[in-house]
Amino acid sequence: MTTVSSAEHTRRDFLYIATGAIGAVGAAAVVVPLIAQMNPDASTIAAGAPIEVDLAPVAEGQIIKVFWRSKPIFISHRSKKEIEAAQKVDLGSLPDPQPDSARVKPGHDQWLVVVGICTHLGCIPLAHQGQYEGWFCPCHGSVYDTSGRIRQGPAPANLPLPPYAFVSDTKIRIG
Amino acid sequence: MSGHSTYQPQSGFMKWMERRLPIGGLVHSSFVAYPTPRNLNYWWTFGGILSFMLGVQIITGVVLAMHYTPHADLAFKSVETIMRDVNYGWLLRYLHATGASMFFIAVYIHIFRGMYYGSYKEPREVLWILGVIIYLLMMATGFLGYTLPWGQMSFWGATVITNFFSAFPGIGEPLVTWLWGGYGVGSPTLNRFFSLHYLLPFVIAGVVILHVWALHVAGQNNPTGIDPKSDKDTVPFTPYATVKDGFMIVCFCILFAWFAFYLPNYLGHADNYVPANPAVTPAHIVPEWYYLPFYAILRAIPNKLLGVLALFGSIGILAFLPWLDTSKVKSARYRPLYRQFFWLFFAVCIGLGWLGAKPAEGIYVVLARILTVYYFAHFIIILPLLGIFEKTKPLPNSISESVLGSKA
Amino acid sequence: MKRIILALTLAGFAAAATPVLAEEGHDTPQPPRVKWSFSGPFGKFDQAQLQRGFKIYREVCANCHSMQMVAFRNLADAGGPGFSEAQVAAVASEYKIKDLDDKGEAVERAGRPADYFPSPFANELVAKAANGGVAPPDFSTLAKARTYERGFPWFIFDIFTQYQEQGPDYIVALLQGYVDAPKDFQVPPGGNYNKYFPGHSIAMPPPLQAGQVTFDDGSPQTLDQYTRDITSFMMWASEPHLVARKRLGLQVMVFLIVFAGLMYFTKKKVWSAAH
Repeated sequence: MTTVSSAEHTRRDFLYIATGAIGAVGAAAVVVPLIAQMNPDASTIAAGAPIEVDLAPVAEGQIIKVFWRSKPIFISHRSKKEIEAAQKVDLGSLPDPQPDSARVKPGHDQWLVVVGICTHLGCIPLAHQGQYEGWFCPCHGSVYDTSGRIRQGPAPANLPLPPYAFVSDTKIRIG
Repeated sequence: MSGHSTYQPQSGFMKWMERRLPIGGLVHSSFVAYPTPRNLNYWWTFGGILSFMLGVQIITGVVLAMHYTPHADLAFKSVETIMRDVNYGWLLRYLHATGASMFFIAVYIHIFRGMYYGSYKEPREVLWILGVIIYLLMMATGFLGYTLPWGQMSFWGATVITNFFSAFPGIGEPLVTWLWGGYGVGSPTLNRFFSLHYLLPFVIAGVVILHVWALHVAGQNNPTGIDPKSDKDTVPFTPYATVKDGFMIVCFCILFAWFAFYLPNYLGHADNYVPANPAVTPAHIVPEWYYLPFYAILRAIPNKLLGVLALFGSIGILAFLPWLDTSKVKSARYRPLYRQFFWLFFAVCIGLGWLGAKPAEGIYVVLARILTVYYFAHFIIILPLLGIFEKTKPLPNSISESVLGSKA
Repeated sequence: MKRIILALTLAGFAAAATPVLAEEGHDTPQPPRVKWSFSGPFGKFDQAQLQRGFKIYREVCANCHSMQMVAFRNLADAGGPGFSEAQVAAVASEYKIKDLDDKGEAVERAGRPADYFPSPFANELVAKAANGGVAPPDFSTLAKARTYERGFPWFIFDIFTQYQEQGPDYIVALLQGYVDAPKDFQVPPGGNYNKYFPGHSIAMPPPLQAGQVTFDDGSPQTLDQYTRDITSFMMWASEPHLVARKRLGLQVMVFLIVFAGLMYFTKKKVWSAAH
């Protein structure tokens, strides 16, 4: 092998780098579909479209469960007593302070709509249980009040609110 | 594997590792320092291409299995969901489906290259037989995979192929019922086919490791068929063979992409887009192109059992090739007569493939019988006799002499 | 010798293929080639054509043919007929979808974009009984499920020309292929003579007549236009990602050719040290 001049050396290095770079770009591009395929497919996304729920048949004091995007949604028709209990609480005593007014739609105090999944590790809490008459999670003992706020136990946050709006006084659209 | 001692771990970690699990040394000796004959031509890159395709098929297959449902009522629909709704599902499925054909194109080139240059001869008999086993496993995997979309060809292909086993006297019928898990091809059949289709590629990968091991023990054959005699005859695997294989893999990907993106259904059958219907057989049941020569042999023989035996025999006979070819000279380059018979055999295989796609009637049956007889005669009569009577050309003294001329 | 064998092989194929073609030609003619917007490496669906095709499907074909794997939402997908989300919702709401209410009672509700096109018959047996023993095939994959024999050597040329539209060509030919039966051909009861249908006796009566469907975009309301529009729509229903596939294919091709070129020069450089 003859000695390689430095100019030729640079040209050769450039060629190697360019080839390697193009190869790396190709490999990265191949990874895109392999990762993307695990995301929800088009039919799953379409099935997650907003749903409408008729509230008329829900009696006062009753809690119904509907499903939206594979999640249970609790719709609670709260009694006067429950509303008052939720509004009276001293916010300073709450692990995740939030007034009841921030958890319902204005003028619809009697309707509480929350995602029914315990914020601890994803179990479904039981309705009308626990010392605050709200929800009690049987898995690890988290207790929620009538506003769906965490009061006791290992859960770090209140039951989240799904995006929803009142279409009429007795109908909501979730999503 | 030779050259193990030349490996010098660079980093502290690799030094630490080398004393405990010498994987660095193994990779180095097998894929870096491993001496390859310097005169290998591009036909020798198909081993690398096949490894690449096995990887492609396993990766796309594992991903497709995340979305596929092996049930008679749901399989067709789940494949269509992949095609329509899964992100890039159409791409993954078309890559996998055309990838199977690309795999077979590469393996046929690889096999014919081995035949042309006598790569099956001493001391590479085990290497060759392992290759035949891989080929058989590939055929089984391809067949099982083609069943999964549960279209008309899937269903009727599965029915016809499983019925091969009904040819065996006495045990035939219970054997087929056992294969089906029912009184006909159905959901249980599909489910077990899916399981096996997922299993076999990993078995193939295992045999490929043995194949490569055997290759690295015996060393690669080369176009002259003579063994390397000195360092001048070889070059290290890396960078020489790796960059050459890499270049050909990219070229092969161009062909692959041409089919996957522009002709994804060219190598399949339109009938397989009709959901499986156990009540209606399609007008022409034709296997995938890569089985056609063997399908022609099956149909050429008017007796059911003999046809099935001929079919299996036509593949099984490949395993005996190292002993059927009696010539001392490996490469067809120095065997003028064998070279002609090689191309004749090649043409016969293509001809059988073409006949396999034609209806089994009239002139086609006659032609298929002639070519079937020739196919077997090539192995049983021509090759043993050629070794005795053929006058071979003089071999060069060394590989480097054949590459660089006698001045080297 | 190699060349002689090759030449003989090719000649053998040609000789063997010719009588076959002639024989098939006498029996069922090859469908004429139609010029499709979606053929070739740069092919795209013609949005207006897909919309017209959908209109034909909705007003004519859907009376007998299901399209179970296509959802209303697909009408708004990229590369498709290009309806807006609002149009899709409007189309969907015109369909009645069978569902269960909260008490498990069967009800019919208005369709939503996520719903699939409802089938005209409750199940395959009903479809069979209502159509003289043959269920009308589902449209979801039909354009890919039909083809015709290309024969040697055309099937080899097709690899290079990317001719992939055997199915659509056949469907157009079939829809226009209702002619009077030859005198010596006895059409069985319940059958209709069709020049392009294998065996010539098809259960489907001529489905389209000129002027039957009104186009809003001023396209000619002829049988020729109808058959090409509905077939285009069927091809989209069978291969909704065709446009994305061909576009990505082009990008991949350009990339691979550049990469192969670089690999070639790298290989040459590396090997130059060995000589």
